[in-house]
Amino acid sequence: MQWKLEKRPEPSRTMVYAAPVLAVLLTAIVGAAIFTAIGYNGVGAVREIFVTPILNPLKWQDLGIKAAPLVLIAVGLAIGYRANVWNIGAEGQYILGGLAATAVALSTRDLAGPWILPLMAIAGVAGGMAWAVVPAALKTRLKVSEILTSLMLTYVAIQLLNYLVLGPWRDPMGFGFPQTPLFTADQVLPIVVPRTIVHLGVPIALVVALIAWFVMARSLFGFQIRVVGAAPQAARYGGFSANKTIWLALMVSGGLAGLAGMLEVAGTFQRMVPGFPTNYGFTAIIVAFLGRLNPLGIIFAGFAMSVAVVGGEVAQTTIGLPNAAVGIFQSMMLFFLLASDVLVRYRFRRVGAQPAGSAA
Amino acid sequence: MTTEMLIAIIITVIGASTPILIAALGELVVEKSGVLNLGVEGMMLIGAVTGFAVTFTTGNPWLGIACAAFAGMASSMIFAFLTLSLSANQVATGLALTIFGTGYSSLFGQAFTGRPITPFRSIFPPELATDPVLRLIFGHSPLVYFSLIMVVAVWWFLTRSRAGLILRAVGENDLSAHSIGYSVIGVRYAAVAFGGAMAGIAGSCFPLLLTPQWAERMTAGRGWIALALVVFAAWRPFRLLAGAYLFGLVMTLELYAKASGGAFSFLPAELWASLPYLATILVLVLISLRRAGHSNAPACLGKPFMPAS
Amino acid sequence: MTIITRRTALKIGGAGLALPLLGSRAFAQDEPLKIGFVNVGPRDDNGWTYGHYVGMQALEEEFGDRIETTFVENVAEGPDCERVLRELAQQGHKLIFATSFGFGDYVIRVAREFPDVIFEHATGYQRSENVGTYNARFHEGRAVIGTIAGHMTETNLIGYIGSFPIPEVNMGINAFTLAAQKVNPDIEVRVVWLSTWNDPAREADAARALIDQGCDILVQHTDGPAALQVAEERGIIGGFGQGADMSAFAPNAHLSAIIDIWGPHYIAATQKVLDGTWESGDSWPGLAEGEVVIGDYNEKIPADVVEAAEAVRLGIIDGSIDPFTGPIVDNTGTERVAEGETIDDAGLWAMDWYVQGVQS
Repeated sequence: MQWKLEKRPEPSRTMVYAAPVLAVLLTAIVGAAIFTAIGYNGVGAVREIFVTPILNPLKWQDLGIKAAPLVLIAVGLAIGYRANVWNIGAEGQYILGGLAATAVALSTRDLAGPWILPLMAIAGVAGGMAWAVVPAALKTRLKVSEILTSLMLTYVAIQLLNYLVLGPWRDPMGFGFPQTPLFTADQVLPIVVPRTIVHLGVPIALVVALIAWFVMARSLFGFQIRVVGAAPQAARYGGFSANKTIWLALMVSGGLAGLAGMLEVAGTFQRMVPGFPTNYGFTAIIVAFLGRLNPLGIIFAGFAMSVAVVGGEVAQTTIGLPNAAVGIFQSMMLFFLLASDVLVRYRFRRVGAQPAGSAA
Repeated sequence: MTTEMLIAIIITVIGASTPILIAALGELVVEKSGVLNLGVEGMMLIGAVTGFAVTFTTGNPWLGIACAAFAGMASSMIFAFLTLSLSANQVATGLALTIFGTGYSSLFGQAFTGRPITPFRSIFPPELATDPVLRLIFGHSPLVYFSLIMVVAVWWFLTRSRAGLILRAVGENDLSAHSIGYSVIGVRYAAVAFGGAMAGIAGSCFPLLLTPQWAERMTAGRGWIALALVVFAAWRPFRLLAGAYLFGLVMTLELYAKASGGAFSFLPAELWASLPYLATILVLVLISLRRAGHSNAPACLGKPFMPAS
Repeated sequence: MTIITRRTALKIGGAGLALPLLGSRAFAQDEPLKIGFVNVGPRDDNGWTYGHYVGMQALEEEFGDRIETTFVENVAEGPDCERVLRELAQQGHKLIFATSFGFGDYVIRVAREFPDVIFEHATGYQRSENVGTYNARFHEGRAVIGTIAGHMTETNLIGYIGSFPIPEVNMGINAFTLAAQKVNPDIEVRVVWLSTWNDPAREADAARALIDQGCDILVQHTDGPAALQVAEERGIIGGFGQGADMSAFAPNAHLSAIIDIWGPHYIAATQKVLDGTWESGDSWPGLAEGEVVIGDYNEKIPADVVEAAEAVRLGIIDGSIDPFTGPIVDNTGTERVAEGETIDDAGLWAMDWYVQGVQS
């Protein structure tokens, strides 16, 4: 007797919600067991990583700050992935968004007014889009894989950042350290929840995700994206241009990554530094899939990812769990989440009691 | 420039290129079977720490390489199970594998930092490598010869063997291959296992060939370069060889230019460092210009196998 | 509304936020002082972070159970470090050492939120009421090893592997070169910049390139022993350990080492905090205070060279030698320091030029 995976006639609604819970539970049990076995406080690690960040109100602001850029980038990527456009260079677009916003900030240092931040935001979006123009143009004109071009440009973006902060943008008053001057008060995002560090970027990310959900579910644009992704042939007959969709998808994902870059540099960094790339662009790819490419799901996935990161730091400070062990916990959670996805689309059925032929 | 200097540069370039070449050869076979495994960097780190730990403990680098291959293969099976048996998304699973490999290698490696091993030197008697030109032939680490043999072996396997034909069929049209009676999942499992083993060996090059120590995250992003290289080479083993050495040359030439004092200093260091990536994009463009829109990519790359039944 | 007492605040998970409101500044003497360390790298990096880890161990040895320590590794310079700093403060740490330059902005920001927590920032320059800075005069050690190199080199060509051209690294290059040229005016120093602190394979390749160009002594200002291992393999005259003794990696090539000893500073700062006498300031000791130590001299260094190196070391300790005594001419031919003059600390921190004989 054995078990066999069988495709469900349609995705299970129960499993959409039950699978992630199951995955986190499995991570907790297996993780606690393994880490206890190799000599760490396994139960404590699970508690600090998965429970403390949720129960401790002091950590909520950190969850919001960490989740906002992830959600913003992942929403853009998800729209592209729905259309089969595989932008994995969001990190580069995020950097360019931050750089473009910084360029505005540096040239408006002597000015004041509420118009500066919106201008920085526009520059950020434009910067992210500009970095996505290359993959889009090469994909539509020459059919060059956007996976590789977007990834390659990420490394170029990092070098561009290094060049600017070590060279022309270096703060003359900063003792020669590679960083720009601090942004002025008009170039920094306002705090929206008093007495916390929650800046304007957090609600912006939420609103963008909700708008994206509405657009994807209700509008013609969303329909077009889904059709092009699911059935390119049908889309052509329906009069949707594949090239136009590729351009749209890359501009939206590049623009949102650029916006995330602007919000990070103006919200948390408040100046440009070499440490600006923090892998948000790559982590957001995982977030997009954990959220099943659905903007609402992505909000939860971004939150879950932040819990694991913030909890990892708590575990380091409270029970001295090494940073490396935290990485193992995080990847284990991702593995289980990705594996549990199968339950949404498939179910297990017992075979063997009946002739093998009829099981197919 | 003297011959001596030229040969010195070539030997350094070959060393720098070898781990990238080995990892990329593995990934090439994986991608030819229609699977995209972005976890190369993570598997390389697992191979690096395993290779170091075993060599340090037993003093036998051959055993170190074998165990690195096995560890890389074992970690690739996590990826294979999730993506092939459970149809999880390949891009996300590959990225998660890299996070896992980074965490695992630093946890496991904590016991081995601050400890040196003897570098894995030439297998030929030193008398053979006295002359600079002879050194160019006989003066390398066994890992370098292994990488060159594997280029030919992968080429032969993919173009001349029956098994290679099946593997390519699975990558080009999994449904047809399935209907003729080949096990698509089985072939892909084997390909991913091979890719994992090669990534593990590539990782072991870091402590055994390049710098005989263990340091956290010592592969420093070269797994991603290997991924780029596969596309750069349009999935062809010999072009992969040329590409890997070209990448190594660009990376190393920068160091030699700076070390020679002044020459090339008119180019910002950052531009030098961007060159390999810009070159990849350029080559991608040139390939598609010449081939009029056909990039030679396996048709099923990255798509899960979904038989209708 | 619930009234938050100190006890319930502790239960919530951290007393940090509540304490400033209560205005409590004194420490209960029966409770151990909690001390946190925030580090950019892993404790096993064989260099910078390892040095701080050893310093923490010295601290633990000195104070025993009067203190409790927490060592957080691999914290990225950016919003992540702000979160870790706040987390430590919330967990009741009253003295926090941040050991990387890029943490500066966040130390200042978090310190404002927790006025009763004392912060010390290594290699930084921003201070406030409860933020002090500390560093070590590593360049004094560079003058000693420069003396050795000047005597030992046969090709008059020395290779120098640099991370980023920031003042701290530039001071080292210049102090090294000036000392070497004092012995041998024909010395030329070739700098290869890697734009990273920790990429051993690249450090090794840079070392190979420098040796192939005729350098017979290597110096590095990156974190690991990779360059020394290449020196050992190639059989050149040698190199020097950076941050820690690295002779285990290269018994023949390891001529000596510049060792960072943070323990004395950590012990002094902790004592002041326990006594309630801590005040914000900058601490920048060097060879004289024992915070920078020269490692054992390799047996193959001739006795007269050891003597010359010791003379420089002792001269710096008793103040008769300043590594930056004029006349100093930079590598564009401009005179930077006049005959008999020296450079003050502010001038050191603004060093963005190289002395004659440096090719970078």
